[in-house]
Amino acid sequence: MFDFPEKFFFDISGYIDRFVIWLSQTFDWLFDFIKLVVGGLFEGTEFILNIIPWWAYVILLILAGWRLYNIYTSIALTVMLVLIGVFGLWNEMIYTLAIIIISVFISILIGIPTGIVMAKSKRLESILKPLLDGMQTMPSFVYLIPALMLLGIGRVPAVFATTIYAVPPLIRLTFLGIQNVDEEVIEAGKSFGSTPLQMLFKIELPQALSTIATGVNQTTMMAVSMVVIASMIGARGLGQVVLISIRRIEVGQGFVAGLAVVFLAIILDRLLQGITAKFDHQEGFDG
Amino acid sequence: MVNHIEVKNLSVVFGNKKSQKTALKLIDEGYTADEIREKTGATVANKNVNFKIKQDELFVIVGLSGSGKSTFIRTLNLINKPTRGEILVNGENIQDLSKEALREYRRKEVSMVFQHFGLFSHRNVIKNVEYPLEIQNIDAKERRKKALEAIKQVGLDGWENHMPSQLSGGMQQRVGLARALSNDPNILLMDEPYSALDPLIRREMQNELLSLEDEKERTTVFITHDMNEAFRIGDRIALMKDAEVVQIGTPLEFFANPANDYVKDFIADVDKTRILKVRNIMRKPTYIASPSDSPKETFEQLKSLDIEYCYVTDENKKFLGYVMKEKLAKSRAKTIEKLIKKDEPIYRNAYLKDAWQSLKDADYDVAVVDGKNRLRGIISSDEIVEALAE
Repeated sequence: MFDFPEKFFFDISGYIDRFVIWLSQTFDWLFDFIKLVVGGLFEGTEFILNIIPWWAYVILLILAGWRLYNIYTSIALTVMLVLIGVFGLWNEMIYTLAIIIISVFISILIGIPTGIVMAKSKRLESILKPLLDGMQTMPSFVYLIPALMLLGIGRVPAVFATTIYAVPPLIRLTFLGIQNVDEEVIEAGKSFGSTPLQMLFKIELPQALSTIATGVNQTTMMAVSMVVIASMIGARGLGQVVLISIRRIEVGQGFVAGLAVVFLAIILDRLLQGITAKFDHQEGFDG
Repeated sequence: MVNHIEVKNLSVVFGNKKSQKTALKLIDEGYTADEIREKTGATVANKNVNFKIKQDELFVIVGLSGSGKSTFIRTLNLINKPTRGEILVNGENIQDLSKEALREYRRKEVSMVFQHFGLFSHRNVIKNVEYPLEIQNIDAKERRKKALEAIKQVGLDGWENHMPSQLSGGMQQRVGLARALSNDPNILLMDEPYSALDPLIRREMQNELLSLEDEKERTTVFITHDMNEAFRIGDRIALMKDAEVVQIGTPLEFFANPANDYVKDFIADVDKTRILKVRNIMRKPTYIASPSDSPKETFEQLKSLDIEYCYVTDENKKFLGYVMKEKLAKSRAKTIEKLIKKDEPIYRNAYLKDAWQSLKDADYDVAVVDGKNRLRGIISSDEIVEALAE
């Protein structure tokens, strides 16, 4: 009598299954199109990343670290990059990097406009806010299921799942950045007769830029963490190495691959943070 | 003088549609702003405000915080929408303007200076000042030229490429002022522009604002909570309290007839001698001659007006001196040019105290000029004594 009565059971999951199947059949042209575009993007990115020799990455990172921080940070970051190569995981790292780059790129395309619209419309804000909360508390594995069902196995569903998981912070921070522009600055813009578009591109977005850049950084970090999980639906790269090691109980290999993910995350984080800080102090910048 | 801005029966109520409606009704029934807030939850910021602001005058609205003055100034460019009432600029109700026409009005006619400067922190000084021109798609060369002029007017030359955050508060507000001047507006709205500055800088900026008028006269609406500031710069002053106007008048009128005890209290610690300027009490000259006039004609004029002398200005209203009636009578010259007697005029922004020192021995009306030596009025030492004695 303490158990929940069975007669109240209602199988929702069956309906969801059917809905997803219906979705994949009705919009298969759309998903084919997504596969084509994202697949093409991926191949292009991977191709470019692959024709750059390893030492070019090292040199670029030394220069970037030195410009953005100092010589010590530059050396520390470069050592991490070289270690990934030493571990024998360079190609996997490049593959993972390609997925991250494309996911972040799509996140920016979706996230920034959504954040802007959300800041402009009270109604959309009230709809999107709980949705974003939900997206961020949802276990990341859950995103794999629709991705798998709609797009099959491989790098495209991996990009899809990664993007959905990674986009909320960017939307949220774009929204916040625009909402928090100083009231007098907004009034000043209006008082000189700016059109809504001029307000957006000449005042609001430039003023919100450093907040948005923080959003891009967070989105990238989310993408790094998701890309490992996405290997469960067939993405190769560093995540796959971790996954295989777990299955085979190869502790050492798993640890090394995990370490490579951490290094990649640190390198990306520092680079983006450095760029964000530059935005904050930039002189004469005009969006 | 012509009325530039006329505000008729203006009320601004913040709240939802329904509470606004009830609030307006309660205003008509004579309730105070506080009572209305308690009854409806709506905030009455302006309550049946009536103003006439004359062409080219410096009109100051003074009141404590919460008196509705900042709300009011924002209705003049429709950043705040009136709940009821009319705002006529050059006789035209600006609420009737279409979206595009309102934008044009904001771009060309009116601009605003803000209490906390409202600068665009992502743009350097020159790009801040260029902004009002940039959004009108004025070409880069032209707008750079105009922006540099505005920067020069506020004395910021050499700082063009600095970021606002690198400047002191006073300099930031100069940028704000330059930005507002760059499109050469006919109406300048200033919302407590100097309140965030320290007293010394504030004093300096007030004087600079007055001398700006020597370049070009424009209608200026200036908001402040500081009575001293209001009297120091205002041609006319409106005192606001609890969303309503308590008294409107020149500084002298305030001292002579304070409307009630509140006004009396407000002006109690204002030191007249450090505030009243020549411009506050000067009169218009009865007759002004030009150097090309004939002595005979001028003589006839003076005779018919029954005055002993008159002032002479050139075609740009520059003050040249004065001519005496007795000299005109004897003269055989073609023009009065040779008969002009030079005299030291007095600056219109001079304090009465100082002005009195320099003209206490003069037994005639002394000419008052602006910074460009244009004749603006006349004043006698007796009038100064009278004004200070009151």
